[in-house]
Amino acid sequence: MELTGNLILQGVQMLVVLALAPGLTGLVRKFKARLTRRRGAPVVQPYRDLMRLMRKEVVLAENASWLFRVSPYMIFAATWVAAALVPTFAIGLHFTWTADLIALVALLGSARFFLALAGMDVGTSFGGIGSSREMMIGAFAEPAMLLMAFTIALVAGSTQLSNIVAFMASGEVGIRVSMGMALIALIIVGLAENARIPVDNPATHLELTMVHEAMVLEYSGRHLAMIELAASLKLLLYMALIGCVFFPWGIAPANAGVGGLAIGGAIFVLKLAAGGALLALFETSIAKMRVFRVPDFLGVALMLGLLGTLLLFVSRSL
Amino acid sequence: MHGLDFDIAHLLAGSLVLVSFMMIYQDRIYSLLNTFALQAVLLALAVAWQAWIQGAHHLYASAALALVFKGTIVPWALHRIVQRLGIHREVEVVTGVVPTMLAGMGLVALSILLMLQLTESAENALAREDLAFALSVILLGMLMMVTRRNAVTQVVGFMSLENGLILAAAGAQGMPLVVEISVAFSVLIAMIVIGVFLFRIRERFDSVDLESLDEFRGERR
Amino acid sequence: MIEIAASTALCLLMLSFVATAMRGRLAVSAAVYLGCAVSCFALALVGVWTLATQAGASAMRVPVGLPWLGAHLRLDALSAAFLTLLGTGGAAASVYAIGYGRHEHEPHRVLPFYPGFLAAMTLVLLADDAFTFLLSWEVMSLLSWALVLTHHREEENRTAGYLYLVMAGFGTMVLLLAFGLMAGAGGAYDFAAMREVARSPALAALVLALMMVGAGSKAGLMPLHVWLPVAHPAAPSHVSALMSGVMTKVALYGFVRVAFDLLGPVAWWMSVPVVVVGAVTAVMGILFANVDGDGKRVLAYSTIENIGVIFTALGLALAFRANEMAGLAALALTAGLVHAMNHMMFKSLLFMVAGAVLNATGQRDLDGLGGLIHRMPKTAFLALVGVTAIAALPPLNGFVSEWMLFQAVLQSPNLPQPGLQFLVPAAGGLLALAAALAAACFVRFYGVVFLGRPRSDAAREAGETDRWSLTAMGALALLCVLAGIVPGVLIDLVAPAVELAVGAGLPLQAGNSWFTLIPVAEGRSSYSGFLVMVFIAVSGGAAAWLVHRLGSRRLRRAPAWDCGLPNADPVTQYGSGSFAQPIRRVMAPVLAARETVTMPPPGDRAAARLAARTEDLAWTRVYMPIIAFVGAAATRFNALQFLTIRRYLSLVFGSLILLLTGLTIWN
Repeated sequence: MELTGNLILQGVQMLVVLALAPGLTGLVRKFKARLTRRRGAPVVQPYRDLMRLMRKEVVLAENASWLFRVSPYMIFAATWVAAALVPTFAIGLHFTWTADLIALVALLGSARFFLALAGMDVGTSFGGIGSSREMMIGAFAEPAMLLMAFTIALVAGSTQLSNIVAFMASGEVGIRVSMGMALIALIIVGLAENARIPVDNPATHLELTMVHEAMVLEYSGRHLAMIELAASLKLLLYMALIGCVFFPWGIAPANAGVGGLAIGGAIFVLKLAAGGALLALFETSIAKMRVFRVPDFLGVALMLGLLGTLLLFVSRSL
Repeated sequence: MHGLDFDIAHLLAGSLVLVSFMMIYQDRIYSLLNTFALQAVLLALAVAWQAWIQGAHHLYASAALALVFKGTIVPWALHRIVQRLGIHREVEVVTGVVPTMLAGMGLVALSILLMLQLTESAENALAREDLAFALSVILLGMLMMVTRRNAVTQVVGFMSLENGLILAAAGAQGMPLVVEISVAFSVLIAMIVIGVFLFRIRERFDSVDLESLDEFRGERR
Repeated sequence: MIEIAASTALCLLMLSFVATAMRGRLAVSAAVYLGCAVSCFALALVGVWTLATQAGASAMRVPVGLPWLGAHLRLDALSAAFLTLLGTGGAAASVYAIGYGRHEHEPHRVLPFYPGFLAAMTLVLLADDAFTFLLSWEVMSLLSWALVLTHHREEENRTAGYLYLVMAGFGTMVLLLAFGLMAGAGGAYDFAAMREVARSPALAALVLALMMVGAGSKAGLMPLHVWLPVAHPAAPSHVSALMSGVMTKVALYGFVRVAFDLLGPVAWWMSVPVVVVGAVTAVMGILFANVDGDGKRVLAYSTIENIGVIFTALGLALAFRANEMAGLAALALTAGLVHAMNHMMFKSLLFMVAGAVLNATGQRDLDGLGGLIHRMPKTAFLALVGVTAIAALPPLNGFVSEWMLFQAVLQSPNLPQPGLQFLVPAAGGLLALAAALAAACFVRFYGVVFLGRPRSDAAREAGETDRWSLTAMGALALLCVLAGIVPGVLIDLVAPAVELAVGAGLPLQAGNSWFTLIPVAEGRSSYSGFLVMVFIAVSGGAAAWLVHRLGSRRLRRAPAWDCGLPNADPVTQYGSGSFAQPIRRVMAPVLAARETVTMPPPGDRAAARLAARTEDLAWTRVYMPIIAFVGAAATRFNALQFLTIRRYLSLVFGSLILLLTGLTIWN
């Protein structure tokens, strides 16, 4: 009985993240538009965009290889699997032990790897510039993420997300400056990984300053739809990660009833909305940095992760 | 576990270290001064919290001193100086931000290791931890002084170093108020002296980059 | 079993003689390589059998070598684990060479040495006394040196060979010292006696340090790595695959054998240099791989990175063992051994890919390649498996070992020493940096070689490689996938070796559902490469099917968009130098990177030039001064050549007196 329950829960989770992801992107855009006193497109616009892209034909560069055509599905699948393993509204996911926090990060790394390869495939200078910069950003974001995971694992005694959430929700944590540092580090990494301002600007029209958009410049139609959807999923994943590790309130425990799950779902949507609003606020109040300032920015995350670990050792060893 | 008293003291002292790192990260003088003010406010909070849990009322005075002098007057005065002198708004660094931060990381690890070993016999976990963090703040202040060119940033580094001293004093339970006040005054006087000094450098060299002093002494290659 | 292994080694030796007798003609090439492949396969089987049946150690004494001693050979679990590695890597390289060797211009420079090289490596693994060990080690070095010099007509290769010879000689000398110290005053020269000798902690530390230098110089630890990126690529590609994939592991075996078996307990602080050097090697190796422009050299630098990763794991295992945490030591050591196996698989595969590309285009320079995915589709697919595996990405095998290593790093708070508690997370951060940089490096490698548009005529007209090569590469790629999705098999296989070294093994992984990996406890961490693979395949396939079913399936080919300004010249693509630019610039201080721009004056229509240079600080700061010193000293000592006979005699006399005096004081 519990098995089927968990299996159903896992399936629901997969559908929920998929269904909510474009909405979150739309919400962030809407908030940003309102903050800059524009009306902005409706929140459902990303859904419409995706539908439209799916129906359009694909225009493929003449020398594009099979890798270019397969990559969008690989990227989408890797991101979706990763997003499906983060506890969003309930802990008792059936396959949560498939990948722990580290494996989750690496799974996103796989998606990035194929995206960067696809950027190189057609052999244009924009694709190359995007790929090379994306890999540089990734090279600094990943260690920061690992050190952050280290801090969390040190507090919670596990790298398994459902166990971390259960521990964090239990209130045994107390007040920890290290957790605060880990939170900031995770936010910085999240901003960099999701190509948000100040690291990258998805809305820019200056091709030389963009990273993510330069990589996917050659994509069109259904391929572009898959990549856009994967990007939305990734944003949702990071929000859910921040939500479940640092603000674990309201997540339904392992054997909650339907009512508990409904409450968990509602609170998850609220968390996403709050996260989206904060992201929009942050993005409108800050300028994009030069590309070569980004390593400094990520260096801060790295440093915070390390400092958090050090401080944690102090309070543990006393 | 240690309970809320310890956790909050840990939070405040840890934040002081964090703010020291934030000061290293700043690349504008004004934001550096603001960060410094933030550190002073945090210091005041940390000292006040120590006063509360130790029941030592004279520490409240120290906290107030820190808040008034270092949290408001000193940053304000430095703001004025920077404005009056029209100093470059950017912080001029000798080495890059990330290498400096990594070096700082090493210093923090060193001071924690050292202090935890030295104070092994002490019973009071809080004091041990405070000492470890205080030494980190002191070393980071020194690091800032050696890796920054501009005289104003060096003053800030010096002041932040002094913050570390106060933190240590508050944690060590038993530094009399007199000492505390004299430290505060000496810092103030140092501040005035440095201010005058800055004006003089500026008059003579049209810059507060300390390397022009070296040049004057003929030490520059 | 030892008899089978020893006679297989003998077979390989005989093959060497046969090849020499046939003067290494091209006609016998296929037969020699086939013989090598069969022998190596037999070796791998012996290794697997010994590990799988948990058979005890078997030993034998061969009456060769020093007359009153003979040669002691022994096959235990640790040897068997590395024998499996050697057999697999050797078999793949030999099968590959059946095809690849046909293009060799001077087969007589390869064929006689190749089987002997394999035999020498086997004997290093089987040796049970210091004499046999060192002799086989030296033979291994010399034969691989001969192989490096295959294409000796190129100046660059001769320099590489010379450098390699010097470093190999130095390494063996240090090993000789280490074994001498271990043997002690009693002259315990066989391994069984060495285990019994009691040593002071200082002596043990000294031996370990010497082993790090001796074995590390062969494996490629910084700063003893300088020969590796020039020597490995200089050899023919199947030999490069062997040197990078297998010989570095034989060097690792030497270190593991001494540090975990012969030396007995070591103090915890001796793990510090191992961890630090390992982590630094990992990052520096992959940084150089990121900026180098020669395909095979990129792979060689990446070997240095992986050796660094493995040494970090070994250092962690030493630290845990010194604190009597056998379970965690087993975790770290298993991570190291499994990574060694994995590295053999993907690095051999990638060197073979580089060889296939070299054969098809004659280009080693990355900037002469491009677009090969269209011309060599099968090789390109296999290469894709290789780069995904080496970039430590799930669900392939490179990630499994890295993940286990991170799990071991995450256990470091349990160590009692605060120094290690601080050091290990920092080392973990460095390892993560190395892993992420590896991804960047191999996007660049694959992107510049296989993707984009061809940058030269040779690349435009390249053709697919032969079937033997494809078979070997395909087998390795399959191993990479299998080791990624069912890693439990590999972990259980090396468990006896780990148990021999640290006294405990990981919990058996075979019983876990869905091939999940649970290194410590279920609540702590788990990873199932199999399920990740299945999930990705199912969700990716379902997405593709749904989109094609419900959305559009139309497709039109058109010129590249490129923001409306596509340029037909392939030079406008991102090349190896431009792709490396962000990392080169950010890491400029460590790479000693310099960029010089030559801008012609206004009015002059000459092209502007940008030259980027990086240099290996180990070379300029460590080796150049040493070379200069040796040169200066040699000039000084030159005077000794022009003395009278009386003076020579007095020199001899003087040194005799000096030695005698020394002896008197010593006693």
